[in-house]
Amino acid sequence: MNGKNPFASTAGIIFVGAVIGVAAILLQKFGNPANMGICVACFERDIAGGLGLHRAAIVQYIRPEIIGFVLGSMVMALMAGEFRPRGGSAPIVRFILGMVAAVGALVFLGCPWRTVLRLAGGDGNALFGLAGLICGIAGGTLFFKRGYSLGSSVKQNAAVGWFFPLLMVGLLGLYLAFPQISGQPQSGPIFYSVSGPGSSHAPFLLSFGVALVIGALAQRSRFCTMGAFRDLILFRYGHLFFGVLAMFVAALAANLLTGGFHAGFANQPVAHTDGLWNFLGMVTAGLAFALAGGCPGRQLFMAGEGDSDAAVFALGMLAGAAMAHNLGTASSAAGIGAYGVQGTLIGLAVCLVIGFAFSRKA
Amino acid sequence: MLIDTRGLSCPQPVLMVYPHLSGSEPIDVLVDNTTSQENVSRAAARNGWNVQAEEEGDGVVRLELRK
Repeated sequence: MNGKNPFASTAGIIFVGAVIGVAAILLQKFGNPANMGICVACFERDIAGGLGLHRAAIVQYIRPEIIGFVLGSMVMALMAGEFRPRGGSAPIVRFILGMVAAVGALVFLGCPWRTVLRLAGGDGNALFGLAGLICGIAGGTLFFKRGYSLGSSVKQNAAVGWFFPLLMVGLLGLYLAFPQISGQPQSGPIFYSVSGPGSSHAPFLLSFGVALVIGALAQRSRFCTMGAFRDLILFRYGHLFFGVLAMFVAALAANLLTGGFHAGFANQPVAHTDGLWNFLGMVTAGLAFALAGGCPGRQLFMAGEGDSDAAVFALGMLAGAAMAHNLGTASSAAGIGAYGVQGTLIGLAVCLVIGFAFSRKA
Repeated sequence: MLIDTRGLSCPQPVLMVYPHLSGSEPIDVLVDNTTSQENVSRAAARNGWNVQAEEEGDGVVRLELRK
């Protein structure tokens, strides 16, 4: 722990951001959905579908990227002596924040990573999502200034740190034991989309391999899209922000070089044009990320380091994503869901209650 | 001054130290994860402080912030 970590430098975080940006476009070229090379919220939603937790037939696929992020981070944390089983900082609240985050993100149709990728692909609707994300995070910083805290986590039994990575190994086992059968919506107990975003995916080894590398790099560099804006607003520190900027620039450059940039608002891939709810969906999600202390990607990397509170948040997102489709709060390319408005506003209210309840000056 | 941030994750350790960085009184900060160590060290260095890290055992590090 003596500061011999090159990825903690500004050059390090810029390198990692750029790698993630290029890797996302690479995954798109090899089959992942357009402007969705990597989307933690969407991919957790797809995993929920693959397991049958929701039955939206177009978004069901056990995404190897999510598994790879956690396991890559875990291996790197073990090698660096940073695997620390810990938890106990208001887990139920973290689960609920995860649910709310997924509901909000699926109204916009993307996590912060996909927000960056949509912008890099020319999707103007993502400007509303980005503005919402920044507003939500800014709201979170106001709670931090009021003394908001979910309380201390404590060191826990080693097994606590292993369970989430083991769940990922379990998912990997299911994926390998019941591989996709071409044209079939089901393989054994596992669901596979035959059309829609869930049917678009890069080959397994590429998805998994790229995700392992990203997981390892992100563990070392602490790459976090929520932290990027939070630190900028709270402390005027640009360190993490440079990483996100690098991700955007790299993805944009890769798109321009490969013909993946199409500027406009209408007919953007897996996106709708309802600006108000693109904005408000991400206000809700951004506030939930801020109150939980990390963007969806960062939560996976922390879960890989043995942080069971982050693991509980990720499981909350899985449950929230399933619920978003079962209850009709999730959007589609046609527009927001039947209950998207209610889902967004209830989620926002839940975040505000949590924010005030856990502020010392409340 | 001793600031104990054990068990807390960012941004709270930085938030706890931040108000004291404008002064010059020596500050010791206890951290128990590398991310907090890096963030507190980075914030202190940016404000012109020298940071020395001492292992306290059991994953805890004492950051000695000196102007």
